Amino acid sequence: MSGMAISRAEIPVRRVGPWGDRLFRLLLAGAAILVLALLGGAALAIFWGALPAFRHFGPAFLTGSAWDPVRQEFGALVPIYGTLVTSAVAMATAVPISFGIALFLTEVAPAWLRAPIGAAIELLAGIPSIIYGMWGLFVFAPFMADHVEPALTALLGPLPVLGVLFDGPPLGIGMLTAGLILSIMVVPFISSVMRDVFLLVPLTLREAAVGLGATRWELVWRVVLPHTKSAVMGGIFLGLGRALGETMAVTFVLGNAHEFSPSLLMPSTSIAAAIANEFTEADSDLYRSSLIALGFLLFAITFVVLALAKLLLARLTAGETRR
Amino acid sequence: MRADGEMRASGEMRASGARMLRRQAVNALALGLASLATLAGLIALVWILATILINGAAALGPHLFTRATPPPGSEGGLLNALLGSVMMTALAVLLGAPIGILAGTHLAESGGRRWIAAAVRFVNDILLSAPSIVTGLFVYEIIVQPSGHFSGIAGAVAMAMVLLPVVVRTTDETLRLVPVSLREAALALGAPLWRMVLFVLYPAARAGMLTGLLLGIARISGETAPLLFTALNNQYLSFDLARPMANMPVVIFQFALSPYPAWQSLAWAGALLMTLFVLLLSLGARFMLRPRQG
Repeated sequence: MSGMAISRAEIPVRRVGPWGDRLFRLLLAGAAILVLALLGGAALAIFWGALPAFRHFGPAFLTGSAWDPVRQEFGALVPIYGTLVTSAVAMATAVPISFGIALFLTEVAPAWLRAPIGAAIELLAGIPSIIYGMWGLFVFAPFMADHVEPALTALLGPLPVLGVLFDGPPLGIGMLTAGLILSIMVVPFISSVMRDVFLLVPLTLREAAVGLGATRWELVWRVVLPHTKSAVMGGIFLGLGRALGETMAVTFVLGNAHEFSPSLLMPSTSIAAAIANEFTEADSDLYRSSLIALGFLLFAITFVVLALAKLLLARLTAGETRR
Repeated sequence: MRADGEMRASGEMRASGARMLRRQAVNALALGLASLATLAGLIALVWILATILINGAAALGPHLFTRATPPPGSEGGLLNALLGSVMMTALAVLLGAPIGILAGTHLAESGGRRWIAAAVRFVNDILLSAPSIVTGLFVYEIIVQPSGHFSGIAGAVAMAMVLLPVVVRTTDETLRLVPVSLREAALALGAPLWRMVLFVLYPAARAGMLTGLLLGIARISGETAPLLFTALNNQYLSFDLARPMANMPVVIFQFALSPYPAWQSLAWAGALLMTLFVLLLSLGARFMLRPRQG
């Protein structure tokens, strides 16, 4: 885990250094400040590029559902909806699966199996997102269309409220497929955070629970999880931040349809996919600015989610060191 | 009287036995589901890798490395895309690695107490997971738009921005693992800070820092989104970093979505090469790190 405070010598700051040291310190500080400046600069530059669209449409940019390059009308509602729905599907599947993997790696698997299986799951994070996209479009989407989606429609379609979500032709490409692929992509991030923090739980707590007769499941559900819940939430937010901004895999399987539809089986678009698909084809300044405005929204949303993740993860680390 | 007590006791035992049974059933169910979840993750991994391997292997051949990408409907290779990716990656490393190492050194050596180090660490962790397509937009605005055209340089800058936080993070973390006594020994001998860092800290942390760099290179070799509107693409072989430049990810993207079988087969071949490169690099980096952690 990051942020583990390791004691280190204080470099004597007040020492009257030779000019070489002063230059060196300046160089180090300059590089560090550049990292800060990059984020600030990126936010500013993107806001600047988005300004024409924000000025032209006003707050209606957020609520408008039109996306019409011919009539020069742009609203962010459909891409925002697509981003949120695909990420929600991704989290709904990725969180339980990641928890299962962390449970398996810390409680079920024999010791010799833990490292290789953990490494294999983490390998999923190393596969480039465009590879997920190709697999998704050519293999997973047809599989969904042939086997999974007809079954879902038959099984859940007649239900009163839930049915709307699974109503529609089994196209393969659409929000459900995109969300499931996203969930495979974020599982390694969430599960490795969960596994790492589960292992941080003090041995005395585990021994006390097992000594009182708790089963493995009760140990994890009643002791380990409550003890690590803020860091677990941090890991989930980290995965959510990834899912919201993921571009290429979603671009392949979402269908780039600027139409609102309640069914998960229908194509849609997301913020990132709209930018990736349309940016080089945007032929007017307002069109380009609207896409940059979408980028600014994505930047703002992911910043908040990732900052939350970081704070939640830091809380556990601070608690651990105090203990 | 005694019989009554015995009966009550055995009733309680039966009740607690049933409770025990239920708890154990829940336990078995939960652990079984956990094993299934792990199996699902492993199946996804094997499924994806097998898809890439089977489709990619069918399209492999020496022509990939000797010919440039073809016009629609004819045969060709990936030479220009491979060269473009290598050149842009090299430039991205030259730009991103030194800045990242310096910034990471600052974080590790400033004692972590000053607010600026805390702020940089916070921002760096956010940059690490920030959507890379936003990086592409940023570079488009600061380089592509002012210069009036897409270029390999813009692509390399975007890649460097993705690489930078990885290097900062790993440099920071590995330098903090170097024992304090080493620093003190060097400073006590009268070495200036810069000599201590360059000739004591960096050699001691070499393996970890190199690991970070390799992981960073693995990460940028697969990044597509930041290149879509920075480097764009180039159908021809070009060594001019100031012009639009072919690169593996964008070529794979365009060819995979094209209707031409020859292009699609090149996309699979490219996908196989890219996946092999990225996974071998990250496995190699892992392998290098292991002895230090153990």
